[in-house]
Amino acid sequence: MSLSSDDVHKIAHLARLAVSDEEAEALRRDLSNILDLVEQMGAVDTSAIEPMAHPLAMNQRLRPDEVTESDRRDLYLRNAPAAENGLFLVPRVIE
Amino acid sequence: MQWEVVIGLEIHTQLATRSKIFSGSSTAFGAEPNTQASLIDLGMPGTLPVLNRRAVEYAVRFAKAIGAELGERSVFARKNYFYPDLPKGYQISQFELPIVGRGQVEIVLEDGSVKTIGVTRAHLEEDAGKSLHEDFHGMTGIDLNRAGTPLLEIVSEPDMRSAKEAVAYARKIHQIVTWLGICDGNMQEGSFRCDANVSVRPLGEEKLGTRTELKNINSFRFLERAIDYEIGRQIDVLEDGGRIVQETRLYDAERDETRSMRSKEEANDYRYFPDPDLLPVVLDEAFIAEATRDMPELPDARRVRFQEQHGLSAYDANVLTATRAQADYYEVVVAVCGDAKLAANWVMGELAGALNKAGRSIEDCPVPAPALGGLLARILDDTISGKIAKQVFEAMWAGEGDADTVIEARGLRQITDSGAIEALVDEVIAANPQQVENYRNADPARRPKMIGFFVGQVMKKSQGKANPQQVNALLREKLGG
Repeated sequence: MSLSSDDVHKIAHLARLAVSDEEAEALRRDLSNILDLVEQMGAVDTSAIEPMAHPLAMNQRLRPDEVTESDRRDLYLRNAPAAENGLFLVPRVIE
Repeated sequence: MQWEVVIGLEIHTQLATRSKIFSGSSTAFGAEPNTQASLIDLGMPGTLPVLNRRAVEYAVRFAKAIGAELGERSVFARKNYFYPDLPKGYQISQFELPIVGRGQVEIVLEDGSVKTIGVTRAHLEEDAGKSLHEDFHGMTGIDLNRAGTPLLEIVSEPDMRSAKEAVAYARKIHQIVTWLGICDGNMQEGSFRCDANVSVRPLGEEKLGTRTELKNINSFRFLERAIDYEIGRQIDVLEDGGRIVQETRLYDAERDETRSMRSKEEANDYRYFPDPDLLPVVLDEAFIAEATRDMPELPDARRVRFQEQHGLSAYDANVLTATRAQADYYEVVVAVCGDAKLAANWVMGELAGALNKAGRSIEDCPVPAPALGGLLARILDDTISGKIAKQVFEAMWAGEGDADTVIEARGLRQITDSGAIEALVDEVIAANPQQVENYRNADPARRPKMIGFFVGQVMKKSQGKANPQQVNALLREKLGG
């Protein structure tokens, strides 16, 4: 399967990655090769096989509904580039 | 041209768990910003989500309440998008295998007919944080207390044909989730949020029109107004030869209009995939039995029982089962006073009026149900009349004690001593010779109406305390005819 340059730019944009045209061409070849590899698996008849959601053959464990975390805001805010009044500050989001 | 409206709703209900869906942080509303945001909620590298049992149990309860298929195996998926109040860059949600499958609810339309609305699915997911757009030196503030709060997103079929039907459906879902106790239903605090998908098509056309999604609706009244506005807008566009753009629109309650959100490019390309951090959730019979063991009697069942057991009309039974607290209250009043109809009239009349006026809910009613039942018992045993009972009720509301205390303290006990009533009747007859003469000369068919004047005078003299039946009987006897 062959991706177009536009496909690569679209995927990069969705992932918020800045990709130059030269990089896009290299990525286009690499990604196309990966998709070709995946496509080879299409040759196997999987019609009788249930789709797998996780490689581990286990079920999700559940935890009791209890509050176990305490307030460590000051510690966590120190990790942020900007904070004020207990809030994380980020570049302005305009809606 | 005749247009047909097609509406589907997506309702986000915050589940009333103590802790978050994937972390042990508190979900309490109104805390100081970021004091309930743990490393998991902040999306720090190296953390792993662990699913909250109660959130799963609540989803199971909802499934049972709407007769839905339960996904024996359900899978969490990542919904990828970038927004600062979503620290991981993805929301953990469900996509292909939601926990709750197809179900249905019934809504009662204005003409009293019943319509079935399909529920396509309901899935578990985590809520995002909040962005505060007040000016922080040109920056946006982020509060992640809400991030990771469990949501059950309930998606309907496009089965509704008017704003009123959409509101009736939303109210029904609200009634069910609050009744089950799985959501507090507080729309102002965002515990119950409705998004509406609205489109129109020429009547008779099979193909659905292009839809818009309405967001930012925080009351049932605004839901109706937002949809009605949007229907009008779409019809105007189409009749002017334009076409509808698929987009998200925000409802502005102050201007009563919907406005296009800057349409985000590829906004719907979420690239869902199964979340490798979470294993499939498998519900076995034991878990389902445990989760649904103490399910309350559901509103529809209770409404029917009220009609059958208490002899109420469909209307009264519907009003009294609007909330579980109201239905519980009513049943206590009936148990104490023994008269289902009188209890219904008081709970829907005097009590509802007083609550409404005071802006209070029945949960914090100053007159508890047993006390109201006690008051009604005093009407039924002729200690007081229904009219005096309203005075007593007001005093009870003001905190003057139970019915018997108020009746004694204010001397409101009904006068049933026939000698005392006779004396009052005689005084009234003596004081109104002209009315007496008119009465005696009147056509007997008109007399029952005319006697009201004399009853009123006697009641006034007794300060409302004379037994009205005795007053009537004595007056008829004394006036003759």
